Formats: sequence, structure tokens, C-alpha cells
Amino acid sequence: MASKTQASRAMTGKAVTRAPRDTAHEGFLNHKRGRWAKVAITLSVVALGAYLLTDPVPRHNGGTWLGYLLGSIGAGMIVWLSLLGVRKRVIGSKPFSLKGWTSAHVYLGLSLIVVGTLHTGFQLGWNVHTLAWALMMIVILSGLWGISLYATLPERLSANRGEVTQLQMLEAIRTLDRQLDIAAQPLDADDAALVRMSLEECRIAGSLGQRLSGNYANDGNARALATIIEKVMTGRRTGRVDDRLAQIEFLLERKEAALAQARRHIRMKTQLELWLYVHVPVTIALLAALLAHIISVFLYW
Amino acid sequence: MSPGGGKTIVTTYRIAIVGSGPAGLSAAAHAAKLGLSHILLEKTDHLSDTIYKYQKGKHVMATPSQLVLRSPLDFEAGKREVILGTWNEQTAAAGVNVKHGAEVKSIVGTGAPIPGSVMPIVSRNRDGTTSTTELQRNAPPYRLTLVNGEEIMAETVIMALGTQGNPNLMGCPGGNLPHVQYQLDDPTEYTDEHIFVIGGGDAGIENALGLCADPAQNNTVTLINRTADFPTAKDANVKALMAARDSGRISIMAEANTTAVEHGFITVETRDGEVRARCDRIIARIGSAPPRSFVEGCGIEFASADRLAFPKLSATFESTAPGIYVTGALAGYPLIKHCMNQGHDVVEFINGNLDLKPADEPILEAKFAGLPGKRSVAEWLEYLRTSVSILNGMSSLQIREFMLDSSVKRYAQGEVIFERNAPGSSLFGIADGEVAVEVNPNDPSITVQIGAGQIFGEVGLISGRRRGATIRAARDTIVVEISRNAALKLMSQVPSASREITRINTERTLLQIFKSGLAPADLVDVIANAKVETIRSGQAIIKEGETGDDIFIIRSGSMVVEKSIGGKPVFLSYVPAGSYVGEMSVIDGSARSATVRAAVKSDVIRLAGEPFRALLAAKPQLLDKLRGEMASRTQLNNFVESKKDSFSGVVDMYTGVANFLVEQGLGEATDVLLIDEKLCVGCDNCEKACADTHDGLSRLDREAGRTYAHLHVPTSCRHCEHPHCMADCPPNAIHRGPTGEVYIDETCIGCGNCQRNCPYGVIRLDKTPPKKPWLLSWFLFGSGPGPGEASHKWAKKHDPAYAEKAKKAIKCDMCSGQEGGPACVRSCPTGAAIRVSPEQFLGVALMNREDR
Ligand SMILES: Cc1cc2nc3c(=O)[nH]c(=O)nc-3n(C[C@H](O)[C@H](O)[C@H](O)COP(=O)(O)OP(=O)(O)OC[C@H]3O[C@@H](n4cnc5c(N)ncnc54)[C@H](O)[C@@H]3O)c2cc1C
Ligand code: HEM
Ligand code: SF4
Ligand code: SF4
Repeated sequence: MASKTQASRAMTGKAVTRAPRDTAHEGFLNHKRGRWAKVAITLSVVALGAYLLTDPVPRHNGGTWLGYLLGSIGAGMIVWLSLLGVRKRVIGSKPFSLKGWTSAHVYLGLSLIVVGTLHTGFQLGWNVHTLAWALMMIVILSGLWGISLYATLPERLSANRGEVTQLQMLEAIRTLDRQLDIAAQPLDADDAALVRMSLEECRIAGSLGQRLSGNYANDGNARALATIIEKVMTGRRTGRVDDRLAQIEFLLERKEAALAQARRHIRMKTQLELWLYVHVPVTIALLAALLAHIISVFLYW
Repeated sequence: MSPGGGKTIVTTYRIAIVGSGPAGLSAAAHAAKLGLSHILLEKTDHLSDTIYKYQKGKHVMATPSQLVLRSPLDFEAGKREVILGTWNEQTAAAGVNVKHGAEVKSIVGTGAPIPGSVMPIVSRNRDGTTSTTELQRNAPPYRLTLVNGEEIMAETVIMALGTQGNPNLMGCPGGNLPHVQYQLDDPTEYTDEHIFVIGGGDAGIENALGLCADPAQNNTVTLINRTADFPTAKDANVKALMAARDSGRISIMAEANTTAVEHGFITVETRDGEVRARCDRIIARIGSAPPRSFVEGCGIEFASADRLAFPKLSATFESTAPGIYVTGALAGYPLIKHCMNQGHDVVEFINGNLDLKPADEPILEAKFAGLPGKRSVAEWLEYLRTSVSILNGMSSLQIREFMLDSSVKRYAQGEVIFERNAPGSSLFGIADGEVAVEVNPNDPSITVQIGAGQIFGEVGLISGRRRGATIRAARDTIVVEISRNAALKLMSQVPSASREITRINTERTLLQIFKSGLAPADLVDVIANAKVETIRSGQAIIKEGETGDDIFIIRSGSMVVEKSIGGKPVFLSYVPAGSYVGEMSVIDGSARSATVRAAVKSDVIRLAGEPFRALLAAKPQLLDKLRGEMASRTQLNNFVESKKDSFSGVVDMYTGVANFLVEQGLGEATDVLLIDEKLCVGCDNCEKACADTHDGLSRLDREAGRTYAHLHVPTSCRHCEHPHCMADCPPNAIHRGPTGEVYIDETCIGCGNCQRNCPYGVIRLDKTPPKKPWLLSWFLFGSGPGPGEASHKWAKKHDPAYAEKAKKAIKCDMCSGQEGGPACVRSCPTGAAIRVSPEQFLGVALMNREDR
């Protein structure tokens, strides 16, 4: 096989054109100048028009011809939207643009609010049909939440990390730990215990709650730092500053700053993924509910 | 058996072999087998020092596979330890007479002076001047003097020193004390020491970092650097060093010079005065001197003054000093197998077997098979050497080696040799026939003929850019295609070829750029005054406001044009190789309207204004063409200037981004991956897609790399016009592919040279992981590691052979051969990842981006 790639790669003197690629520097929301936004708006407007212009007897619901049509379109779209998860992971060598897919996903997904809701004819109740609609709305709303994060967080993520990678942030904290450990050797037991608190009771990311709230006041390093600052201040007031403690204070402060940067980083990365933990499981529930809805319609109608 | 073994005090050996690498060792073993009296002199206390110094457990490769091994010693691919072990055993068994700890410092003939055999030796002084001394060669036998003063006599000498050379020594008092060392084999060997590492290059930094990596070793490490910063070291190394300093693991003394070394102490001169500090060990990494001056001192002449040049050798590897033969890496043969074969051959030659055919004969036979004319290999070589003018100056040995890297092909009349816009950096020589160059893309019937003996394709070779015109065979034609490597070697070995290529290149570049019905005859005056100059990165060739009317053609590299507006330099445009600058002043006689400086190290052709103006007067069409170009440039200037008035922030940003990108290597890139961090959500899908389409290994590190104004240049190949990585690849495994990508083929031996040579740190060495289970089974049952690169742990668990696999160099191949184009770009969900060429990006597009 290797020799085959070799042969096909040897210079032939031919002006081989490169595989076409998307070099446009535009984000997924503007992909092809908002092509999919236009498609989605057209779809919604046509659906709404058909809904308003027709007056079925006894009333609008999923059972009219328009209801069936909107239902089929909606179900098809939901299945297609779910396939984004597959498209994202099966790369292969064939052309496709995940950016284009995401763009279409977002706008067509939003148009489902119109298509899906009109399909119900506003006949909502406590049944599997409405469950499917509700799950769909949850997926869509979580999608909107995702979009708002995608639009705002990357810039802040980039600004926070500068040119430092996540690995380097963690490495920097480990290095400070080593220095703290060395600097703590000459201290008495009480002060050394404080340093140990920073070393042993400090969790960089912490619990999900801490990660999302950004409140780490109870963390070992913060507590150790607070106590040491107090000790150093007391020392200053009485004019007897312990240089070793001042050094510890300096290191703890640097560690606190390093922790803060890493935590902001992790927090934003968590946020950028967290919404998917709603979006994807509810999508699976939606697919199940959708199946139940369709089966029950054909069995009991 | 003739007397050997050195029992008598003055033995004159038949052969003395200097250096016990694969070449020297193989020669010695063969001499022993033939029963020739010999001695093998090795500097160190073990055999084959270069291989000895490979990393522990390195998998040594035995390329090229088509070459048969003809050495009394065995060699096949395998672990370093196994190979060295085999050689140790077999050398002992063969009864080779080895002398260890025998560094040869001079070789002189003891016979009568050879009439007329005087060699000028040019040496370069510190201040840049050169001085020449003359050396009178004497006839053999030779006296070899060792560093310890011992002397050895030999009728013939085989030089097999390799190219490592000797480390530069510390010149200060005490520099020869035993605790000063020039190499660090195992940094974990030392504990609780005060160690000074001297030298701020990659070697020094890597050693220093190794010594302080594990705090448990408790070393106090200080790095002494002559300058304030580290211009020669790789960015990644400098960063790691700074991090180590900031975390207190290492101290750095910058702008410092060691003035004295004593037992237990070192004295260093710094800006703030002299410092005397405790010091248990000094590791000096202040570069190494190539063996050239020692070799020249033995009367062996090199092909040219070029750094890349090798000794001049006859077909039997004999140098210009009669009886001294040169083999192995020092003779320009980069691989172990070549070296071993040569060691064998050279002993055969010395032993009188002059009919021996070299081991590469079948390879050459295959190259000439199928060509008309029924010539033997030797006849073909001679035919090509005499018919293509730039090859005339080669020796028969050189042409042989040269042909191994080149190919000969017959083209039927009308057949295309290469097309306009095809990537290609090879040079062609016409052995027989004639080719037609289609100079006008719109009308293929307009052609210029190039005849037998001449060359073409040199523009691609020199500029690193795509072919400028389609070339066909005008009748049945035989051409030699000279690979870029072979062409560069040719230019450094044969000065006359180098001059000829430069001259032709200048003429053709001018014709190609200015077109407008010019003929070579019109350019005679212009070319007579043309000069090729090398411009350092950042150096200006034109300064705004100055007078001057020279025109510059950028032959290789690229330039940026800047104008000072409101006291600040504003980026105007990017000028790639193959374009010209400076025409405005010639046309309207005005002062320079902008500054032009080199984005990367570049070569320019400087044309004097006077003859050029005469040319313009004679050719009004050319004047019109230049006027047109000038108008569009003025327009761009005005556009930027008008923006500056209204949106000064936008223009500053544009300049900032452009300068940043140039600094990141865009000036020599052909294609680069950029990430807009306003869009990147950090999902790393680009890395996963890369791994999934490339043997499970990602060729890009998204997070690493520099960022400016949210524009991030990740660690990923730039596909340089003149790839640095190609410079020193022993099996010549790095090539440019048909869509312009720079790729590494499967002959890579994993030596890591390319990794060291790439200034952007984008090459890594790794082993291919086993195949992952089907994605669907991961989706459904969670089996396998999922999309993206699998961990080493997983690979080890699922492939019993993984631990033993050889590491090879891997890098981006621009997804060539994949219909969809770059997978990283295809798979980015938000559109943050884009791949662009500098011309595309460093222009108004960039300005508009800032305008959003
Ligand atoms: C990291 C690395 C990996 C490589 N991997 C491979 C591979 O996998 N496969 C492959 O085919 N090639 C590989 N190569 C290339 C290969 O190692 C060299 O081409 C080969 O060693 C050259 O052999 P040589 O005999 O010419 O010289 P060397 O092997 O360099 O030997 C020269 C010997 O001469 C001695 N010497 C020098 N000066 C004197 C003196 N004045 N007096 C006495 N003795 C002296 C030296 O101590 C040394 O032992 C690799 C190179 C490197 C750097
Ligand atoms: C019923 C409608 C929808 C379904 C079934 C659906 C389903 C999915 C699925 C399965 C994924 C793949 C997640 C992954 O594998 O990582 C996904 C991703 C995503 N969805 Fe939806 N979605 C819907 C509507 C929407 C809407 C309305 C929006 C936006 C307003 C949206 C925005 C997104 C985004 C931004 C992604 C992430 C793309 C990426 O980072 O790769 N989705 N969705
Ligand atoms: S172009 Fe292909 S090989 Fe290069 S970084 Fe992107 S995915 Fe990897
Ligand atoms: S590997 Fe490095 S040197 Fe080689 S082409 Fe890529 S960026 Fe340039």
C-alpha cells in the first residue's frame, strides 16, 4: 500500500489541482452568507402561510394533510439533525464541511419550532405526543443556549489563556507546589501545616459546583493564603517580619493566581461542553419519544 | 602474513584507517580478511562513536533496501545495542588491529615534495576576513601523529572520520581541567552538584533542562549565555528554559563570559562585573568545528568554499593527496550501508582491484534501462557528463553519486515535461533533443526553444515556487531530471555549475517577469550589471524617503512593504518570490515611497537603474506594463492610507497581525493552518480528524503556538518554500508532493534531523498505533479509544509489537490524496480553522477581517 501512495505521489510534472477547500474566513453562523438561515426562514414562512391559509375541519392537528406533511418534514429533520453527532466523528477522505453542517443544523433546528408546533395544531395534552414536542423544544432551547456560549466564550477563553496551553497551566501549578515544598522545610510545625494544606487540600478544578460557580474560597490554597497573610500582617505591625513566611506568602499568591487562570480556563471549557450534556441525552429521549409517537399514531388512529 | 600488530617500533603499515565508524570499521575488517597490514585508529575508547552516541535502544535502519551489502561485517536493521554488539564481536574475530584513544591530529607525507603539488588553504578569521596559506604536499609514506604524541607510519591512509567533528573547546585558563566536559550522555547521572552549562544553543539548553528536570537530583544548575537572548535556539526550548528559570529550577547568566576555571570554582564576567562561584562541573556546549580544517591540513582539497562541500575525490575515492582515501559521511555518503560498502571497496582499490564495480551498479542499470542507445552504465554517465554543460565539471565519482539522486527520461515529441503551476523544484538538463517553453499562457503556439546541453526548471529550484510555464519536448528528447537535493549538492560541489545556473536564472527570471516581447539580447546590459545578494531576515533593501533607482527582483524568500504613516510603520503588502520592487523610482525618478524589508532570509537580484532606464526607453511596451503595475500598487497604498485617516485602529491592527504572521513564518510558507480564536470552541475535532485520517497520529497541536489578536498559529507545518527539514535527511525521505505539500515517505530512519532543523517545531517522532475498532462499536458499546489519537497505553495494550516498533518522523501532508482536502478544516464545526497561503491572506482580505 505504501508503494502505491508513493507512486501516486511521485512528481509527474502535471499541475495537479488541489482538492477544493473552503478558504472563506467566515464563522458557522455566516456560512455562505447565511444560506441556511434563508432556507430556514423560507421553510417557516411557507409552513406558517399554509397553516393560516387552510382551514381544515374540524381543526388543525396532526391528522390533516398539512399535519401529516409537517409531521413528516419535522420527523425527517429531527433524524437528520441527530446525525450531526455521527458526521462530526466519521471523517473519511470525502469532501464535506462540518461548518456547513453546523450552520444548517442551527437554522433548520430553529425552524423546527415553527414546523413542529404547527404540526401539533396546538393540541397539547398529557400524552406521548406532547412529550415528543416538549422534548424537541428542550433540545432546541438547549441548542440556543449552546449557540450563545459558542458566540461569547471563545474570545474570553483565548484571552484568558494567552499563549499558554492547559498542560502548561497545570505544569506551572505543580512547579509552584515543588517550590512551596522546598520553602516549607525550615518552617515550624504550624506554618508547615498551612503549606501542607495548600499542597494537599487544593483541588485545581474542584467539584462541578465549584467549577460552575467559580467560588473556591474554601479551597486549601485560599485558606492557607488567608492565614499566612494575616500572620505576615501581624508580623509587619510588630515590626518583626519573618522572611520565610513572606516567601511562602509570595508563593501562595502566585499559586492562587495560577489557580485562578487554570480554573477560569477549565470553567469555560466545561461550559462549552456542559450544554451538550442536555442537548444530546434529550435528543436520544426525543428520538425514542418520536418513535413511540409515530407508532401509536399508526396503531391507534 | 605481512608484519602487523605494531611489535616492532617503526612499522610502516600498508593501510592506516582513521575513524572506526561503519566506513572505517568495514575497511579495517576487509583489510584484515585480505591479510593486509593495517591499523585502525579510533579517538574514543569504543568503536563507531557516532552510532554509540545514538539514543539508547534506537532502532537503526538499513536503507536503501535495494542496495546490497558488501562488507565482511553484518548489518541489518535493528537496535543500536545489537548492531554495536555484532560489530564488536566480528571485528575481534576478524583480527582487526584496533588502537583506541588514538586521535589523529596531523598527517604529513614523509617522501620527497611532489613537484607542483601546492595547495592553498583559505581560513576564515573571527573578524570575517580570510587569509590564505600554502601547503606543499609530500609523497607517501605518511606519518600520522596522535594527540598524545605517538607517531604511526603508513603507505596509504583511509580517512573515515565522519562529519561530527570536534566540540569547540573553552579557551579560558583552566579550560582543560578534567571537570570540564563537552558532552552529556545521561543527565540523571549527577546529583547534588553545582553545574554550569555554557552555551545558549539548543544543545546547551537541552542539557541544562535535563540536569534540573528532577528536583530529587538536587543539582544547582546555571546556564551561561554570551548574548542577552537565544537567537539560535528553538522557540520551544527557549520557552521551557524561561519556565524553568521562573520556577526557580535554573539560573541564567546572560551577556556573560567565562574568564577562568579552577578546581571547584568558575569565574564569570558579566555586565555587573566579575562573579566567582562554586562549581563542581562544567558542561560546555559551544558548538563544534567541522573536521574540514584538519582534513585540509592533510593536503586534501575540497570542491569549493561552500559549507556543504565535500573533498574532491577520484573514482577510487583517492583525494588530492596521493595515497590518502576518503570514505563514509566525510565523502558525502550519508547512510550506514553506503559507508560500509565504501569501506570494502576502497580497500579493494588499494589492493589493486581497479575493475571492481561499485555496489550501486544495479541501481544505475535500472535507471538507464529502457532508454535508446544501448550504452553501459559507465558510457551513460560519461555521455551525460559531457553533453549537459553544467555537469561538465564533475568527476566520474561525483556524476555516479549524482545520478543516484537523479533520473533520465526520454520524452517523445510533443510530450509534456511539466505544466505551468505544477509544483516542482527539480532541475532539468537536456542531454539530447530540444524543448519548447510555452511562454504565453493564453497562446500555447508562442514558444521559446531550449536546446541540447542546456538546462531548464531552475526557477522552481531557486524560488521554491510553482512552475512558471509549460514545457514540452520539441522533438524526441532525452533529459536528466536533477532532484532538488542533487542540484543543491551540485551547486556546492561544482562552482562553475553554480555560476551558470545563477546566470541563466537571472536572465530567465527577467524574461518571465517582464515578458512584453523581450528577448535575451535586449537584456545583455541589464544582466551585465545585475548582482545577486543575500538579504538577512528583517534587513531593508529599500528605505522610504531615500533616493536610489535600483530595481530588485526577489529570487527566493519574500519581502514586506511598509510605509510610515503618522510616525508609525504601516504594513502595505507582501511580495512573494518571483516579483520585483523598486520600479517606481526608475519610472518617475521620485524618492522611495515605502520601505521594503525581507520577511525571511531572501536572495534578490539587484538591477542597476541606469541600464534599466535605457531598456525602458527602447521598449515602450515594458514601460506601459510597469506603469500599470505601479498604478495598482499606488492604489493599494492610497487605500491603506485613506483607511488610516478614518480608522486608525483598524490599520494598526492590520499591521500588527501582518507582522505577527510574518514572524510566525508566513513569509516562507506556502500553506498554513490558522485558527480564529474568536470562533474556536476548543473541541479539538481538528486534531481528532487529523489522527483519524493519518494512521492514528495527529500532525497538529492546536493549543500550542503563538497568538495575536485572537489569531492563532498552531503547531502545524507551513509547507515552506525551501523546507529547512529537507536539509539534512540521510535517506532523503522528505519531498514536495504534486499538490505542493512537503511530506515524509516511509524510508525515514527516525534520526530526528528534520525535527531539529524545522524552526517551527512541527515534526515529531512517534510510532504508529494499532488499528482502532470500528467507530460504530465505540458508539454502541464503547469499545476502543474513540475518535482521535489513542493513548500510548492503549496502543501498548493492543499491539504486542508496539514497544519494539521504530519511531519515525511524522508531519502534516496537507491531506494530499484526500478528495475532501485538509481534514482539519473540513472537520471544524465553527469555521475557526482555515488553511491559507500567505498571498491570499496577507492582503486586503486581512484588512477586511479587521474591518468587520
Ligand atoms: C541520530 C542519528 C541517527 C542515524 N540513524 C541512521 C540509521 O538509522 N540508518 C543509517 O543508515 N544511518 C543513520 N544515520 C547516519 C549514520 O550514522 C552515519 O552516516 C554514519 O555513522 C557515518 O559513518 P562514518 O563511518 O562515515 O563516520 P562515523 O560513524 O561518524 O565515525 C567516525 C569515527 O571516527 C572517529 N574519529 C573522528 N575524528 C577522529 C580522529 N581525528 N582520529 C581518530 N578517530 C577519529 C570518531 O570517534 C568516530 O568513531 C544516523 C545519524 C544520526 C546522527
Ligand atoms: C430537534 C432538534 C435538534 C436535534 C435533534 C439536535 C441534535 C444534536 C446532536 C445529536 C448533536 C451532536 C452533539 C455531539 O455529538 O457532540 C448536536 C450538536 C449541536 N447542536 Fe443540535 N439539535 C437540535 C437542534 C439544535 C438547535 C435549534 C440548535 C441551535 C440553535 C442546535 C445547536 C447545536 C450545536 C451548536 C451543536 C454542536 C456542534 C458541534 O460543536 O459539533 N441544535 N445537536
Ligand atoms: S491538513 Fe491534514 S494533515 Fe495537515 S494538519 Fe490538517 S488534518 Fe492534519
Ligand atoms: S516541517 Fe518545518 S521546515 Fe519542513 S516544511 Fe514544515 S514548517 Fe517548513
